[in-house]
Amino acid sequence: MTDIIQESDESVQSALLASQAPQSPAEYLNAMWRRIRSGDIGTLPIVLGLVVIAIIFQTANQNFLTPRNLVNIVIQMAGIAVIAYGMVYVLLLGEIDLSAGYVSAVGGVSAAILLRDSLMNPSLAWIDWWNVIPIALLITTAIGFLHGFIITSFQLPSFIVTLAGLLAWNGVVLMIVGDGGTVNIQNPVVRNLASEVLPPIWSWIIIGLFIASYGVLDFMTANARRKAGLRAKPTPIMIGQLVIMAAIGAFVAYIFNINRALTSAAPPQQGMPVIAVIMLVMLMVLTFVAERTRFGRYVYAVGGNKEAARRAGIRVERIRVLVFMVSGLMAGMGGIILASRLKSVATDAGGGNLLLYVIAAAVIGGTSLFGGRGKVVSAVLGALVVASVENGMGLLNVSSGVKFVVTGLVLLAAVVIDALSRRGQQTGR
Amino acid sequence: MSATMNGKPLLETKGVSKSFGPVQALTKVDFDVYPGEVIALVGDNGAGKSTLIKGIAGIYGFDEGDVYFDGKKVSIHSPREAAALGIEVVYQDLALADNLDVVANMFLGREWTQGVPSTTGAQEATTGLRKYLRNLLPLTEIDMEKRAVRTLDELAVTTLRSVRLPVSSLSGGQRQSVAIAKAVLWNSKVVILDEPTAALGVAQTRQVLNLVRRLAEKNLGVVVISHNLHDIFKVADRITVLRLGHKVTTYIAKETTEQEVVHAITAGQLTRVPGMTQ
Repeated sequence: MTDIIQESDESVQSALLASQAPQSPAEYLNAMWRRIRSGDIGTLPIVLGLVVIAIIFQTANQNFLTPRNLVNIVIQMAGIAVIAYGMVYVLLLGEIDLSAGYVSAVGGVSAAILLRDSLMNPSLAWIDWWNVIPIALLITTAIGFLHGFIITSFQLPSFIVTLAGLLAWNGVVLMIVGDGGTVNIQNPVVRNLASEVLPPIWSWIIIGLFIASYGVLDFMTANARRKAGLRAKPTPIMIGQLVIMAAIGAFVAYIFNINRALTSAAPPQQGMPVIAVIMLVMLMVLTFVAERTRFGRYVYAVGGNKEAARRAGIRVERIRVLVFMVSGLMAGMGGIILASRLKSVATDAGGGNLLLYVIAAAVIGGTSLFGGRGKVVSAVLGALVVASVENGMGLLNVSSGVKFVVTGLVLLAAVVIDALSRRGQQTGR
Repeated sequence: MSATMNGKPLLETKGVSKSFGPVQALTKVDFDVYPGEVIALVGDNGAGKSTLIKGIAGIYGFDEGDVYFDGKKVSIHSPREAAALGIEVVYQDLALADNLDVVANMFLGREWTQGVPSTTGAQEATTGLRKYLRNLLPLTEIDMEKRAVRTLDELAVTTLRSVRLPVSSLSGGQRQSVAIAKAVLWNSKVVILDEPTAALGVAQTRQVLNLVRRLAEKNLGVVVISHNLHDIFKVADRITVLRLGHKVTTYIAKETTEQEVVHAITAGQLTRVPGMTQ
């Protein structure tokens, strides 16, 4: 039996042929442009935003774009970015974790207290940086599990449960630290985590490795696709991207390696901060998990269409609990970084605008609040924006009132762009 | 089209009933699907079409009666078990994740990963810790894409510009095609389509009806639920009419008329009429 109804268009090529058709660089760029126009703007606004920020603050204060200040910004953004990694996963589900700020403080204060007690209590002498960090992370991951467990078993909105968490974990931090107190960190490794730099040669090695591995993976994928008869990224495009990345990477390494010491008499300060390496490694691992594994695929699927995921046999509730555990884990890591930056944990740890900065970072970076759309890298880009604004306004000595207003406006702009691009995608159908 | 009815039915229900509290949704319904045929399931709202389908698909069990698959008595307790037998349902809302691309949607929940031999079945052999670790192994995107393209090609789904486009950018007909291709990706034997042409334009409806016909040509048993008798008469070999949870009759499409079917749907003619198969 053949088609009982006449096929509308005989000339259409088959899906197989269409997917095999080689793409010229021009066609590739054309398709990219079409994606951008249909609302899939990716990281475009943020690059423009960073340029604007750099111009504004540099004109206002000549110190903004100095190597010393740029490294400061990197150190300032690290804690935010790492917590925001977890937040991206939560947002991908279409949920939110309002407790991330204070959970990070729980992580920081747990590590600080254990390290302090290990100095005074001989039975705790076994505690050192290499085991206290996993312990603190275990605690915050367990907190994430608790949130996820409550949310899924009682079918509550994550907004409410983590709001309760926000209050409760703030209380826990206060109870541990004690009123008005501060827990200092003596342990040299934890203390220097946020400020240690690597010898200058490592800036080139690490950034070089990062870009080289990206390039090799890209080429290998394209090769394998071509071999399989599938459409692959055109080679000139890959080379172009690699050249741009290498140029940016070389510039960053160069900046890291300029002597940042304020006077020529002082010992030289140069090299890549360890914290930047940690940030980069976590970015790679979490991006791999999000985009190249089943778990990551399921996170996107649940955020995109929960019912579809459920019918596909995905254990939706388990994915949700796991994502809140990821959020807890990343919050703990960020908390340790923040504690290391201050070399102490005080009663106000995890408070102030930390949580809003974290959510703002993820959203500004391009992760949708409505679930299903976003990338782990948006946490880094958004944190860079947030830290730059905060840092620039610090240089200008504006009041914290102005700081809040400006950060609020940046966040608002990001959300508006998100909403507009969503609308663009829907009408693009 | 009685030629297609030679041989054994792929799927058969015998006297299945289902009630929800005081509501008797389905009463002693016999229903069968043969390989290579399109059988339409029609009836007014509340006739029991969805109840019958959901029972077969393992969403819930029947209160009484038996289900036979390939001649063997089976009890299906979950959609996974139905899928493992080779029964796939395409629901009206299609259950596609808009943010994922065509390939990701077709493989959703059954993605192939490195280090584990690719299986075509719905069930996975891996157990224990390895099953969990598999969720962190790299996906084999190229294999999945090749397979997806091949399946779309076999079904002559020709209008997709790329299988890497997010489903949100597809038209209604393309989405329906993707959902159907997803259902046949796993060597399924029976495909159940719930209102496949609802909310589609003329050209897209034609596209989907052709696709439905091609499934039958591939020797699958195809069940189509629809309110649109016009569409049904275009694709169906047989038409089973349900009314208020009872089976009224099964017509052979070529030997009946739209009026007769409408009459059966609304008036529920339970006596023997010409064209009945039993």
